[in-house]
Amino acid sequence: MKTEFEITPDLFEKVDVNLKDAETINRPSLTYWKDVWRRLRENKLAMLGFGIIVMLILLAIFAPIVSPYTYDAQSLKERNLQPNNTHWFGTDSLGRDLWTRAWYGARISLLVGFLATGIEFVIGAVYGGISGSFGGKVDNIMMRIAEVFYSIPYMLIVILMMVLLGAGLMPMIIALVITGWIGMARLVRGQVLQLKENDYVKASEALGGGMLWRLRKHLIPNTMGPILVNLTLSVPSAIFAEATLSFLGLGISAPMASWGSMANDALSGLFTGDGYQLFFPAFFISLTMFGFNVLGDGLRDALDPQLRR
Amino acid sequence: MGDKLLEVQNLHVSFKTYAGEIKAVRGISFDVEKGECVGIVGESGCGKSVTSQSIMRLLKVPPAVYKQGKILFEGKDLLALKEKDMRAIRGNQISMIFQDPMTSLNPTQKVGKQIMEVLVEHKKLSKKQAYKQAEQMLNLVAMSEPHKRMEQYPHEFSGGMRQRAMIAIALACHPKLMIADEPTTALDVTVQAQILELLQEVQKKVDMSIMLITHDLGVIAKMCDRVIVMYAGQIVEQGLVQEIFEHPTHPYTRGLLKAVPRMDMSRKNALNSIVGTPPDLFAPPKGCAFYARCEEAMKICEEHMPVIQEVGGTHKSACWLHHPMCPIKNRKEEA
Amino acid sequence: MLRYMIKRVIMGGVTIWVIITITFLIMHNIPGNPFAKEGKMTEAVYHNLMSYYNLDKPLGEQYVIYLKNLAKFDLGPSTKSKTRTVNDYIADNFPVSAKLGVTAFSFALVVGILLGIIAALKRNRWPDYICMIMAIIGVSVPNFILATLLIEIFSLRLGLVPTSGWGTVSHMILPAIAMSMMPIAHIARMMRSSMIEVLGQDYIRTAKAKGLSEGKIIRRHAVRNAIMPVVTIVGTTFANIVVGSFVVENIFRVPGLGKYFVQSITNRDYSVILGTTIFYSIILIVAYIIVDLLYILIDPRIQLTNSDKKTSFFKKKTVESKWG
Repeated sequence: MKTEFEITPDLFEKVDVNLKDAETINRPSLTYWKDVWRRLRENKLAMLGFGIIVMLILLAIFAPIVSPYTYDAQSLKERNLQPNNTHWFGTDSLGRDLWTRAWYGARISLLVGFLATGIEFVIGAVYGGISGSFGGKVDNIMMRIAEVFYSIPYMLIVILMMVLLGAGLMPMIIALVITGWIGMARLVRGQVLQLKENDYVKASEALGGGMLWRLRKHLIPNTMGPILVNLTLSVPSAIFAEATLSFLGLGISAPMASWGSMANDALSGLFTGDGYQLFFPAFFISLTMFGFNVLGDGLRDALDPQLRR
Repeated sequence: MGDKLLEVQNLHVSFKTYAGEIKAVRGISFDVEKGECVGIVGESGCGKSVTSQSIMRLLKVPPAVYKQGKILFEGKDLLALKEKDMRAIRGNQISMIFQDPMTSLNPTQKVGKQIMEVLVEHKKLSKKQAYKQAEQMLNLVAMSEPHKRMEQYPHEFSGGMRQRAMIAIALACHPKLMIADEPTTALDVTVQAQILELLQEVQKKVDMSIMLITHDLGVIAKMCDRVIVMYAGQIVEQGLVQEIFEHPTHPYTRGLLKAVPRMDMSRKNALNSIVGTPPDLFAPPKGCAFYARCEEAMKICEEHMPVIQEVGGTHKSACWLHHPMCPIKNRKEEA
Repeated sequence: MLRYMIKRVIMGGVTIWVIITITFLIMHNIPGNPFAKEGKMTEAVYHNLMSYYNLDKPLGEQYVIYLKNLAKFDLGPSTKSKTRTVNDYIADNFPVSAKLGVTAFSFALVVGILLGIIAALKRNRWPDYICMIMAIIGVSVPNFILATLLIEIFSLRLGLVPTSGWGTVSHMILPAIAMSMMPIAHIARMMRSSMIEVLGQDYIRTAKAKGLSEGKIIRRHAVRNAIMPVVTIVGTTFANIVVGSFVVENIFRVPGLGKYFVQSITNRDYSVILGTTIFYSIILIVAYIIVDLLYILIDPRIQLTNSDKKTSFFKKKTVESKWG
């Protein structure tokens, strides 16, 4: 037998078991949320989406403040101006500065998105949480009601609500919330039910973990994931619904601006060569949707351990 | 020595992951002869499943990498074959059954069709012939009412029946080698015994070799002619079943055997377990992989990897205790 | 199985009734009067109009009359048009919408599923990236923007197809694309993730161990199993196409029901809004029911659900998939 080292008798001395190095684990150990964050950070597209959202929010807050124009000031001398040094995005058919209007519109669109999602979350979490925790009959009845609402085409309800409440910001948010909470309620209920049945939660219960402990250690961390993803994805769908309604003339009404209503105003310009008026609102709607969608997707991938590679 | 059907020579398999390279199989060599049943035993993660899937070339490349070595099947190196030629061997000359019969069958296809599929693929049978043959296969694996079973879906079967169906698929083309990867682990004890008996019976009937992968020494004792003991991606000991069970020479094998409960043990005797966990294969130890858990460890074991050497007849062991220079007093032979 | 179907149809009926009631109540609680806009009219004319539309009767009675007429498939007269009833609107314009919608729907299904399969098979390689970038664009660009963009490029710049109108196949191309883009994106993403999940299943490994080629594994074992979850979103896709038609038909001036629906909203033609909403709801709910039943038909695991025990198993399964 060949060996590339010299074997000497002293090498065969016995080693005391207790003197051996303790086992070392060489793999870096990560907590769940650290791991999620690592995977999210690795996802360049999701980080790009996150950057876009932050940038849009900052611009929506500050751009109208520093702009010398207001969103509704008309100037008949300066109608349909192409983008230039003073009017960065040009002006519309009433001579309003489109840069200011675009960021004012951003405020409205983002506000609708965040507010509608926030209210949906609160209502949905309470409804779904109650339904899931009580279970049995209560759950059955509450979910039947939700199911009936859920199968009503959501855009039809929103349109009807807008007809009933009239155009405007608050009616828009109410209309969106009326249909939007159900999805969240169903999600929360599903999570609660699933967790109630999960072996590791039962194990924690069996080991004497108290209600609060279980809530803090298992339920909240494990339900947060899907809910977070759902929230990230319902913001763009609210913005999308707002834009569509405003585009149809059912949403935000003049002189207020949202990206959807600006696109609607600009539509006639398409045929007269003033396409730039449509470009900016269209671009920002798409950019916002893109940002939230890729962030939501990235979160979903990062949260799903099955997709670990 | 009979004819060698399968020879694995110095096989190295790794997986590339975000955290680095997992060296799952680190230079193993063994062979399977015609008509024999070879058992591979070891803890979870010791590389036994990776070995079996390497023979079938089922591992996804990448992340898996066949770094070194040869797998000779009737003299042909499977690792060098084109995918198309490999396909002609899979399911035909070498077939495989898996651990979890619950998930190993396609849930949306009738069981009969899933058996027919191999026959049509490899034996070029017509649908009609294949149907007849598939029904015979179900009969062979002792399935009741084979005609009715042909038209049923997997969810209508019990776990044991599904594993029988899997065996029927594996046997359909009369393979020369069947790899059974923990075929009974997911089954009830009574069903386990039935499946093992079935495997023994059909092995006699169709004259094939079986490579049985398991962590259950009881299964090995019942089924196998020879045993290969794996630890941390390497073979630590191999030999005939009697040799290994009666004279285990590697401290790890001895530990495994002590961990099996026996009827003649009094209840006061605590069951021995091997303290600690296997090493992390991201960075396998330089010396003997079992060093950290070994009760008989010596200085040499920490730094130098032991070489596999004969300890008598077909019996081989990879341990410094069997080096000619090792003092006799260190060899604490099995009582 | 049969019990489930009956239950499902009853639920659908209840939903439609809820929609009718809600819609009716909303329409009759809108501030202002449908005839307020019409300018001067004599007291007598006003009263005639009110009684013609049954608006002078108590709300409960109006509701009963409306339900009775609905049972006869009579959605009543339009409040704005003197000559056309709501039924006329639907009869004249729905076929146009249906033609466009079915085209867009089939296009979305075929393209979405194909893209999803390609993306899953070439996971993390360039075909996957291209498909997924298309899918991201599909969900990011609202259909009204896509529609105007398509007009700008293909009609105004390239002059390949007419900007708007209806009649020939070339009129249908752009609206159908604009309507199907978002559904394509949804289906492709769903198909991709479902396909990736299926490809990781044990039975795919079994198929490979059988010596089947990749093509056969995909066709016989992967696609069918992967399509199942996609079937569950077909109903939503259908609804998206319907809603998309409101916007797209307006931009392309397609004389479909969607265009007239939006027009009736801006005109405050309440009986048309009411009637069309109910009509759309019925179509969509029927579509949801068909999709559910279809799902039962293609998944053999839920075929044998006669005994009570199995029914409860199925119930659990659908509940999970729906609430999940």
